[in-house]
Amino acid sequence: MNLDDLADLAEQYRAIDANVEREVRVCMAASCQSSGAAPVLDALVAGLGESQPACKVKGVGCMGLCSAGPLVSIAHRDGSLEESTIYRDVTADDAADIIASLDGPPVERLRCPTDQPFFARQQKIVLENAGIIDPDSFKGYVAVGGYSALIRALSEMTPADVLREVTDSGLRGRGGGGYPTGLKWSTVAKMPATQKYVICNADEGDPGAFMDRAILESDPHRVIEGMAIAAYAIGANKAYVYVRAEYPLAVERLQTAIRKAKRSGFLGNKIGDTQFSLEVEIRLGAGAFVCGEETALMASIEGLRGQPRPRPPYPAESGLWGYPTLINNVETFANIAPIVREGGEWFASIGTERSKGTKVFALAGTITNTGLIEVPMGTSLRDIIEVIGGGIPGGKAFKAVQTGGPSGGCIPAQHLDIAVDYDSLKTLGTMMGSGGMIVMDETSSMVDVARYFMEFCMTESCGKCVPCRTGTQQMHSILDRLAKSQASRAELALLEELCEVVQATSLCGLGQTAPNPVLSTMRYFRDEYEAKLGDA
Amino acid sequence: MSLQQAKPPLPSDDKRWKLVNATMRRNGYADHALIETLHSVQDAFGFLDEGSLRFVAASLDLPLSKVFGVATFYHLFTLKPKGRHACVVCTGTACYIKGAGGLVERLQERYDINPGETTEDDRLSLLTARCVGACGLAPAIVIDGDVLGKLDSESLIAKLEELT
Ligand SMILES: Cc1cc2nc3c(=O)[nH]c(=O)nc-3n(C[C@H](O)[C@H](O)[C@H](O)COP(=O)(O)O)c2cc1C
Ligand code: SF4
Ligand code: FES
Ligand code: FES
Repeated sequence: MNLDDLADLAEQYRAIDANVEREVRVCMAASCQSSGAAPVLDALVAGLGESQPACKVKGVGCMGLCSAGPLVSIAHRDGSLEESTIYRDVTADDAADIIASLDGPPVERLRCPTDQPFFARQQKIVLENAGIIDPDSFKGYVAVGGYSALIRALSEMTPADVLREVTDSGLRGRGGGGYPTGLKWSTVAKMPATQKYVICNADEGDPGAFMDRAILESDPHRVIEGMAIAAYAIGANKAYVYVRAEYPLAVERLQTAIRKAKRSGFLGNKIGDTQFSLEVEIRLGAGAFVCGEETALMASIEGLRGQPRPRPPYPAESGLWGYPTLINNVETFANIAPIVREGGEWFASIGTERSKGTKVFALAGTITNTGLIEVPMGTSLRDIIEVIGGGIPGGKAFKAVQTGGPSGGCIPAQHLDIAVDYDSLKTLGTMMGSGGMIVMDETSSMVDVARYFMEFCMTESCGKCVPCRTGTQQMHSILDRLAKSQASRAELALLEELCEVVQATSLCGLGQTAPNPVLSTMRYFRDEYEAKLGDA
Repeated sequence: MSLQQAKPPLPSDDKRWKLVNATMRRNGYADHALIETLHSVQDAFGFLDEGSLRFVAASLDLPLSKVFGVATFYHLFTLKPKGRHACVVCTGTACYIKGAGGLVERLQERYDINPGETTEDDRLSLLTARCVGACGLAPAIVIDGDVLGKLDSESLIAKLEELT
């Protein structure tokens, strides 16, 4: 298959819906399903029946404002099927009103204004199809240009060309560390080996983060396409997606996507009639946070306890079963198709000097608009929280935002104007992490928050090395005594000392970063620690 | 390459063992299929008992200690049978900020069990999880596989009371 054939195929698939004047889209991603999206979809399908062939009802992926779900959007052909109306908190009983309003003005009482900053201020690259296409529909993905980047890479580009575009794009890994993707790919590509592997890290262990889940549930083919392009670029013919078992819907949609891609010749043998072949397999996690760490993840795929091992050797050299392995995050792979399609330079024109492109953030905690947003790197925290996120509900004051999960830290109000990118967050003693942002209002106690994260790291420590295993336990017990106003000043000093030791001597990222939430809360909220001293 | 060796007999004629066997066969009885196989045992029987661990170890030609080590390393695997219903409270950061701790305490009080335990009449198991990925609905609860959001302790208990 060449690009023209694929374009014809896309045209054919678009023609199926050529007579559709309106689409009624129901968010069927996990969060909206939990709020009752399925009965809404059923009621709309039943209500419209065959009576209006020009109107199509379909299930789609996440529209972003998950806390207001179930969400339903109406798209009109005259706006090239762009959504014009979004309804929030829809129930099955509302279906009749929605159907009745299709030819007239929208149902005001359900309306969610799309000109509000939450929608208007976003820039979607990774999520460009989310909420628009049916994630289970292969035809739907191809109709919007899906797989053209893969076919383009296979038919018109050498692996070196692909590596160059990815390097030029300046894309950095979205799994936490921000390592340059092009550099990682080039390293694996250079390795002389007959067998290489690609792994997609879909473990998403950071509590409070759901970007990867939403991407997999909204646009699974996009991730597969990115993995296939990567495999072509580095010379791999076998790939794994390691997904956490807590995400059953994501697993199901991924399975469907893999099956359909294979049946249509976009995975499997001789993809697009070239010499390139790729098998993709899913592996389920089993509830261990440390398995998100790349060496632990590979041990888990090999059927072992998920315990990290020292690096080097890095997976790029010696990974799965000792072979060179490329491991990237879900969102990293989801950025690949647009980079190949539009070129690395285009991608590099978005974002900041050292952090290119957009970033998907999960907004949670005490914030008005809870959900998923995608904004250019460099957007200010204040814009994200106050403007897009709608600020703190209930007239309370903002206190801090926690970024980077258990490896990150809390940012106080005086730093809200910082432009968010990998490096700026580090200067504040926290990190981007995978993109979870938990907003806290004045009622949150920072000592409690530090204790919470230490408890997390303590229970999730794999136990392999002493500093992390016993250090997190000690730190937790001091924090617990602090929270109960029982700790002495000497213990507080010991806590600080422990932070340094655990940071410096732990084997893997879990232990090395476990002290971060403590250090960052101490840095900005020292008075809260002081106030809790038993002998103060 | 190891020789094709005789597979151990199924522990009982319970049909569910066929599912477990199918998982192992699909993976060519390779040792790296261990976690997949344990998932399939737990899906079928609800938990992993010693008999099933022995069977899996023998089938995949692995030492029992290794199978046991893997089964106990991962939080999702449980060696104890669960009650007829399971209530999982998410204790991830977003849910914690929105009061998940209070929900757990209230359930502990009401049913006189700690997280990880089952009521004496076998009706309900109380569990906790680290982020189920529905943070927008925090605090999130999973009852028998269904995720429910934005519940307070009274409405949660009312829901649990409805279960038979
Ligand atoms: C304790 C720990 C947990 C991690 N969890 C994840 C995770 O859930 N998802 C992820 O993509 N990366 C996670 N990482 C980072 C991975 O080890 C790895 O760097 C990443 O998957 C590489 O992909 P990227 O280059 O696309 O970011 C974790 C790292 C550590 C130390
Ligand atoms: S730092 Fe902690 S999680 Fe990492 S290897 Fe050591 S004990 Fe295990
Ligand atoms: S899940 Fe429906 S909007 Fe996010
Ligand atoms: S923290 Fe509870 S669902 Fe994410």
